[in-house]
Amino acid sequence: MSTEALARTGPRRRIGLRAVVAYLIAALTVAPLLWLVITVFKPSGEVFAGGLPTRFTLDNIWYVLTEVPFGRYLFNSALVSLVVTGAALMLHSMAAYALARLRFPGRGIIFYGIVSTLLVSLPVILVPLFLVVRELGLLDTYAGLILPAIFHAFGIFLLRQYYLNLPRELEEAADLDGCGYFHRWWRIVLPLSRPALASLSVLFFLANWNAFLWPVTATRDPDLRMVQVGISTLQGQYGSAWNYLLAATVIAAVPTVVAFLAGQRWLVEAIKTSGLK
Amino acid sequence: MTVVQRPQPGRTSRPGRPPRPASAPRGRISTGPAGVRRRKEALAAYAFLAPDLLGLLVFVVLPMVLALGVSLFEVDGFGGYTFVGLDNFRQLGSDDQFWQSLKVTGTYTVAFVPLCFLAGLGLALLVRDHFPGIGAVRTALFAPHVISLIVVGVVWQFLLVDKQGAVPGLLRPFGGGDVSLLGDPEPARWTLVGVSVWFLMGYQMLIFLGGLKDIPSEFSDAAMIDGAGSWQRFRHITWPLLKPTSFFVAVNSTIGAVTGLQAYDLVFALTKGGPAGHTTTVVYYIYQQAFTFNHYGYAAALTTAVVAFLVLATGLMFAATRGGRFHVD
Repeated sequence: MSTEALARTGPRRRIGLRAVVAYLIAALTVAPLLWLVITVFKPSGEVFAGGLPTRFTLDNIWYVLTEVPFGRYLFNSALVSLVVTGAALMLHSMAAYALARLRFPGRGIIFYGIVSTLLVSLPVILVPLFLVVRELGLLDTYAGLILPAIFHAFGIFLLRQYYLNLPRELEEAADLDGCGYFHRWWRIVLPLSRPALASLSVLFFLANWNAFLWPVTATRDPDLRMVQVGISTLQGQYGSAWNYLLAATVIAAVPTVVAFLAGQRWLVEAIKTSGLK
Repeated sequence: MTVVQRPQPGRTSRPGRPPRPASAPRGRISTGPAGVRRRKEALAAYAFLAPDLLGLLVFVVLPMVLALGVSLFEVDGFGGYTFVGLDNFRQLGSDDQFWQSLKVTGTYTVAFVPLCFLAGLGLALLVRDHFPGIGAVRTALFAPHVISLIVVGVVWQFLLVDKQGAVPGLLRPFGGGDVSLLGDPEPARWTLVGVSVWFLMGYQMLIFLGGLKDIPSEFSDAAMIDGAGSWQRFRHITWPLLKPTSFFVAVNSTIGAVTGLQAYDLVFALTKGGPAGHTTTVVYYIYQQAFTFNHYGYAAALTTAVVAFLVLATGLMFAATRGGRFHVD
């Protein structure tokens, strides 16, 4: 490269400016969330006051955890999210293994059929799905919350792509050792797919913990409220008691932030993969 | 068990090679008669697929098919179905609120999709090359997407409270403090767009980053040596090679804006469709029809109309961009 070009682009100085702009935008982007966290520790009278709390208090969080059945909501969300994530990973891995590794009549049609369901979003099938679940007698049950959330083509698709690139040699060795297909999946493919399963588990957990539309549609029973539904209920009851309402949102967001920070690397991979590849 | 790593002619496993048919005859391995083996393999495959296929059929495909069927019925709250033919669709024609909600969705989509696209692309270009703290910056930009839309709605409601909220406080020195950002029709609509962009731009940024990573840096380097400035390099190298990603982002955010969760969850938590229906998206309206008024059949007809519209719009986008030239090899 000519010195002239170097001087003109001046990489060091430009990256410096770029970094400053990036810091600013990043700070503005997270500012609302930081504001939220700070407010939660303020006494109720200071909710709209700027700056740091004059007195740091846990009253708001304590109130939500003790005076509102918020523990119940958290339990419901944890139960549903974990069961859905576990079941989905198992079933999708099995299906993906068959689609990537086994040969059978109708493989192409089944694969494209599954992928085409990716175009269907929940709001589009909400009304008939509600009727189906009602006919099955699953309204206001954990099964009604869990079962429809498990089946989603994205997991199958992502795992299949991953399995296509696994080395074949291990399976062939297992075949020579006389292992059946189930053993090959359970003992070889599943352990090898840990990175892909990790990506998906973060994604599934977040999606289910954050789910609102289906839980609010499928349940009326207050004991079955998941945490996002719980918050919207509080929104109705405590509309102007911002200190309690915001405390509830912070509590509800903690597991998602933890899951995100713990699984960031995998989550980012899964999202990039969802782009095109 | 030993890992076989011997080099064999024609069997090197390069990454990215096309998948080989799983049971293509490989004499060494197939033991018994080929037919029996193939049948066993097929049976195993169906067994592996059965639970997922059954689930998808009951909870995705059946509702999809039913949507059309149910739209021909009047369904009451207790599970009684009365056949009414095309009445629901006829009613749709004169339902002003439906057309109003379509208009809301339309204006929302037209504002949201380009803004989100530009924000995502801009951020991706901004954080594409290394600088100190880039990891934290990327994390911060993505952070809103981790929070649920319900929480997002509540937080912004709080920040936007008339007169007392943080945002009106910031706007006051500029003479904007008296506008009600959730209570006045036009501002409320822009607030919905703004919060949606804030929520989704980090996700779009990641998708664009993935696309940018796939562009070999040799092209840009060569152009730089030829004296191309950064705009020229973007215009003639990055942008054309990014087309498939751009297409994905555009289609994805359009579908999201019309029938995605932002169109329901966020509206529910932020504005409840108000003021006076000015943020009632079509998905929100359909929900009201079904679950507030128990008009399931009519809601199904509305859904069918929206899906038809969406298929048409996506088809047009696909034709206009030739699929973002998906098949560039």
